[in-house]
Amino acid sequence: MHIVDRRLNPGGKSLPNRQRFLRRVKDVAQRAVRESAREKDIKNLGKDGRISVPGDGVREPRFSRQPGTGHQDYILPGNKTYVEGDRIERPPGGGGGGGSGEGGEGGENSEDAFHFVLTREEFLDLFLEDLELPDLAKRRLAVVETEGLRRAGYTVSGSPANLALSRTLRNSMSRRIALKRPKLEEVAALEAEIAAAEAGNDPRLPDLQLKLTALRERSKRIPYVDPIDLRFRRFEPYPKPIAQAVMFCLMDVSGSMTEHMKDLAKRFYILLHIFLTRRYKHVEIVFIRHTDKATEVDEETFFGSRETGGTLVSSALVEMKRIVTERYSPDDWNIYAAQASDGDNVSSDGPTSTELLRAHILPACQHFAYLEVGDENGPRAGFVEHRTTLWRTYEALAKAGEPLAMRKVNHRRDIYPVFRELFGRKDARAEA
Amino acid sequence: MVASLSRTKSTAPKPGELLFSGNDWDFETIRCIHDACEAVAGPELGLSWYPNQIEIITAEQMLDAYASIGMPLFYKHWSFGKHFAQQEASYRRGLMGLAYEIVINSDPCISYVMEENTATMQTLVIAHAAFGHNHFFKNNYLFRQWTDAEGILDYLDFAKGYIARCEERYGHQAVEHVLDAAHALMSQGVHRYPRKKRPDLASEQRREREREEHGEQIYNDLWRTLPAKAGAAKGDPALERRKALLELPQENILYFLEKVAPRLRPWQREILRIVRLVAQYFYPQRQTKVMNEGCATYCHYRIMNALSQKGQLSEAAYLEFLTSHTNVIRQPNYDDRSFGGHNPYALGFAMMQDIARIVEQPSQEDREWFPDIAGTGDAMAVLRDCWENYRDESFIAQFLSPKLMRDMRLFHVVDDPDEPEMRVEAIHDERGYRKMRRSFARQYDVAWLDPDIEVVDVDLEGDRRLILHHKALNRITLQREDARRVLQHLADLWGYDAVLKEVDPATGAVLVEHSASARPIFF
Repeated sequence: MHIVDRRLNPGGKSLPNRQRFLRRVKDVAQRAVRESAREKDIKNLGKDGRISVPGDGVREPRFSRQPGTGHQDYILPGNKTYVEGDRIERPPGGGGGGGSGEGGEGGENSEDAFHFVLTREEFLDLFLEDLELPDLAKRRLAVVETEGLRRAGYTVSGSPANLALSRTLRNSMSRRIALKRPKLEEVAALEAEIAAAEAGNDPRLPDLQLKLTALRERSKRIPYVDPIDLRFRRFEPYPKPIAQAVMFCLMDVSGSMTEHMKDLAKRFYILLHIFLTRRYKHVEIVFIRHTDKATEVDEETFFGSRETGGTLVSSALVEMKRIVTERYSPDDWNIYAAQASDGDNVSSDGPTSTELLRAHILPACQHFAYLEVGDENGPRAGFVEHRTTLWRTYEALAKAGEPLAMRKVNHRRDIYPVFRELFGRKDARAEA
Repeated sequence: MVASLSRTKSTAPKPGELLFSGNDWDFETIRCIHDACEAVAGPELGLSWYPNQIEIITAEQMLDAYASIGMPLFYKHWSFGKHFAQQEASYRRGLMGLAYEIVINSDPCISYVMEENTATMQTLVIAHAAFGHNHFFKNNYLFRQWTDAEGILDYLDFAKGYIARCEERYGHQAVEHVLDAAHALMSQGVHRYPRKKRPDLASEQRREREREEHGEQIYNDLWRTLPAKAGAAKGDPALERRKALLELPQENILYFLEKVAPRLRPWQREILRIVRLVAQYFYPQRQTKVMNEGCATYCHYRIMNALSQKGQLSEAAYLEFLTSHTNVIRQPNYDDRSFGGHNPYALGFAMMQDIARIVEQPSQEDREWFPDIAGTGDAMAVLRDCWENYRDESFIAQFLSPKLMRDMRLFHVVDDPDEPEMRVEAIHDERGYRKMRRSFARQYDVAWLDPDIEVVDVDLEGDRRLILHHKALNRITLQREDARRVLQHLADLWGYDAVLKEVDPATGAVLVEHSASARPIFF
């Protein structure tokens, strides 16, 4: 009898099965994940990863008999009043008595939708698939960043694990040939000859014995493998280039923004935040909010606090410009910006903003995304869409070929699709 | 990491000394419990078993084991991931408790026991699995005939490695398609009877010669003068030849495809073979649910009682045992909300208790019904014989006694779709016993439960269409949607069209016809 303690075995034995399962339901799961992002509270995205996929894709069909058809027999326990020949009405819903137990496979076939729980990681992976920052081109060595190891020839010292066996033996062989180390066969042949000579009282015996001693001495002096032969695989560290990037989040919190608009903007930035922190370890994020004056704030204030006032878009752009010159030199950094606003701006500010963008911000940026949040009811059908001040300003810039993407959002269910449009992978979009 | 304990002391715990007190246990306790159970199982019950290997596992590992149908190692497939997700979800929500143990028909016999079990539960589980199930696996004729306890783990290891290599070589998608199709046909992938050995050339020639000699010996010229039967129906020679060549009709569809399907590549055949052999390995378990669980339950009941009588179990432990024992053998009545068919533990245990009663204290009725065993006195000998030579269907047909039918108050209801109401066909009375026992036994006959589907012909001259028949017993047809899907898988494997005709065996009329064309996913 043996007792084996398996509790310490590594867990997650069924992980490969789960991966296969997720791969199989990927399309539907992805759709379900994106659906859930529409209505759910975005902050808790993926916390409760319960999704359901249609049972169709994960059905395991078997040949089985149709329950409730044909002639059925039931043997049941617990008879109280029945005698032979009694008639019983069929219970509603097919089957008979409690005959469902006999059917057995009934449960398998009746699965309409299959529910399961995704971990937050799996959820976000599906959620953020195919998104990327465009034109992450400027790569620069960061000060202290990860170092990789790569093979770099051979060295004469090192740890035994890195011993380069074939190289070592090659050296050993050439040394043995050069120094004429006697071969094993040579020695063996000589020994045989001595044995024969001993038997036949050959006069050459002493000679041969001398020769053998000499050979043996020589092999002892010239070792098979000498420390001088040893070669080790050499690895050298090299710095891995890391693309440095910074994302500027500019949000309008002025009085003209309704609660609904602010909610939309925040949702957009939360998505952006999740996306950046998860996908790009080395992306810095700068939060700027503005009314008629702009301030750089931390994450908590950005998403949490309430403030109100007039609108001056250029103030935010000035602030951004200041931070860029102070901390993020465009030569070294990939700079991105996302701006959310209701589009209201003091009309006199238009030219100032245009100029700021054209001269300073856009040339420094890899990509500038502008999100205009609108009223929940959206543009009424039949009316010509009302263009806001800011939209007109930016449209002119975009037409001039600046790297500027613009989208308009009215309802929160549109946030995620728009977000995907703005940050979707280029080739993925081309395929779609 | 495996910590294996070999026995440090060889002294069995003495009678009258408690094996443990309280709920806690360690490996030494487990060893003592095993030895104490062994002392009962061997000399008193006369059991014989494979060497035991008891493995302690966590709840997560138990879920893992559930997902891969109880086997310690298994190939990878998404369906196991699906089952795992399902079971994990219901476990986490507290809808489902986990089994206390899982036992594997292998040599040595591996029993997984949960770490959460109390010491009493470990005793119960060891008596149940490591001795009860183990004895059954080793001795029952079905397991001896169909399973190879020694080789199964090695084979599964091979299967896992082979399928992993196929995935590397041919891609996950390709392997998944084959496995999906093979799984769909799994229950049509077993040999129900031992196959005929193919005669070799020498014995064939010898037989031919012997026949000729015999013909020469009994030669009589008179036979030549007899008139030949007019229009003796000769079968279609082409059909006969085809049937002989392809070994048709063939009910083991996976076997047929593995050997005959024209377009499969060798690795695809090997995967079909793996799935088929796994199905075959589990086939005896499906046929012996009642007996297997009954045997294990009866054994643990006897062992626990013996331990308690010897003073090796405290009263608290004995009461704990009785609680879980009665839970296990609970059989709700048909009108109970929790009724879900017959509980194999309850039925098996009740029948074995009943047999012991018949052997030891028979009534007049028992003497009439069971003259062979009534009053012979050695209950264990009779039970061991049952465990060795019967399966559920034959066991119930043979040993369900009138007294037990009365005790369980069994009755038989017939639901005939042509009649407006269901009818009580028989109850537990003199007129009903035999009729009811026959129908009851039939409900445990896997051959009746599984749809009877055979490959009957292949259109070799035409479009190579595969023709299958389902003999629709009692005119019960297959579930349409599933049948269509499985047939699609079948056609994919076959590489050409496949037709499934559902035939009423009484009249030969075709009730339903399904057909599918191969999709170009395998080739």
